[in-house]
Amino acid sequence: MFQFSYLKAKSLADAAALAKTNPDAKLMSGGMTLLPTLKQGLAQPSHLIDIGGLSELSGIEVKGDTLIIGAATRHYDVASSAAVKKAIPALAYLASLIGDPQVRNRGTLGGSVANNDPAADYPAAVLALNAKIITNRREIAAEDFFQGMFATALEEGEIIVKIAFPLPKHAAYEKFPHPASGYAMAGVFIAETTSGVRVAVTGAGPGVFRWSDAEAALAKGLKAGVLDKLKVAADDLNEDFHATREYRANLVQVMGKRALQKLVA
Amino acid sequence: MAKIELTVNGTREAREVEDRTLLVDLLRDHLGLTGTHIGCDTSQCGCCTVHVDGRAVKSCTMLAAQANGATVVTIEGMAKGDQLHPVQQAFTDCHALQCGFCTPGMIMATAALLKDNPQPTDEEIYHGLEGNLCRCTGYINIVKAVKQAAETMK
Repeated sequence: MFQFSYLKAKSLADAAALAKTNPDAKLMSGGMTLLPTLKQGLAQPSHLIDIGGLSELSGIEVKGDTLIIGAATRHYDVASSAAVKKAIPALAYLASLIGDPQVRNRGTLGGSVANNDPAADYPAAVLALNAKIITNRREIAAEDFFQGMFATALEEGEIIVKIAFPLPKHAAYEKFPHPASGYAMAGVFIAETTSGVRVAVTGAGPGVFRWSDAEAALAKGLKAGVLDKLKVAADDLNEDFHATREYRANLVQVMGKRALQKLVA
Repeated sequence: MAKIELTVNGTREAREVEDRTLLVDLLRDHLGLTGTHIGCDTSQCGCCTVHVDGRAVKSCTMLAAQANGATVVTIEGMAKGDQLHPVQQAFTDCHALQCGFCTPGMIMATAALLKDNPQPTDEEIYHGLEGNLCRCTGYINIVKAVKQAAETMK
């Protein structure tokens, strides 16, 4: 790796100040994506600002009808949290499928959401559950947050502090992982919320998106089989050496069916 | 330069290293603990798995600076004198290795898995060792060894 300076932020305010003073710095939480990226020379920040251990970014709590998870909470802690398992079991399940055990022991919710990898799992939950991303500056609705491949509404130096998930009536997630990396080739998160059924798809397109045809079909009746005949348009999906866009379109439908079966079971 | 203080296998260590130094390089090059292997250096293979504050991590994907103040256990810290750790003993008994390169990481990952889940099913073992690759494909005996270790540690 090329040379950079490591800075350990003492607080959220300190992290923001360090980011302001060092415009070419990168914020690092668990580093599960950033460190491999640096090793490959795909990014060359002047500094890494470590926010992984900040107490202001930690914690899991249910407040009224909302589950609030600190940005630096590790995937392992979400997957094994009794509070998450009780409030939104599908979210704990999703976290248990990310990468591998070693990755789940270091990688964080905020890091994954801020990175917005088009094949990451968390964006599907954040979008389907209509979560709010709370930063050191403002609150951002999931709808406005994700802006396509690796792009988000975050401004320079803006830091995700926590994410607030409104509790759904029911939710389910199913994914087809890439056999080597564990990333979603297609992942479908269905949430029955107070404002209707929301379906988010990750892994298949250039960024997480809502599957509006499925939402419309499920609005008419939330029962098994509803998605069986729904065709997914392949035109805008990703195509690479792992899979054609038609293959991914089929995977979206199959994962949607499986998630629905789980939801209504 | 980063000043690192940490506990490795029960011993307090202090070193000054470049900020970009990976934990695995601190362990191998600065502390001489070469039992932790570097297999792929791209976070795939798990050969470099060690325990940081009780959890399995890939030490090639963590900066030494991030381990400042942490308690680290490597493969060298598993045996008590001549007495192998039950996971090490099981890997020996079940011949759960061929070339042996992945073995330190497999043992550290297995020990972490059994701490969380003392009696894993076959499925749970496959899922629990997903972060470790054996290029000799000796998985059958590795799974046997995990089960034997689980029995011994009951």
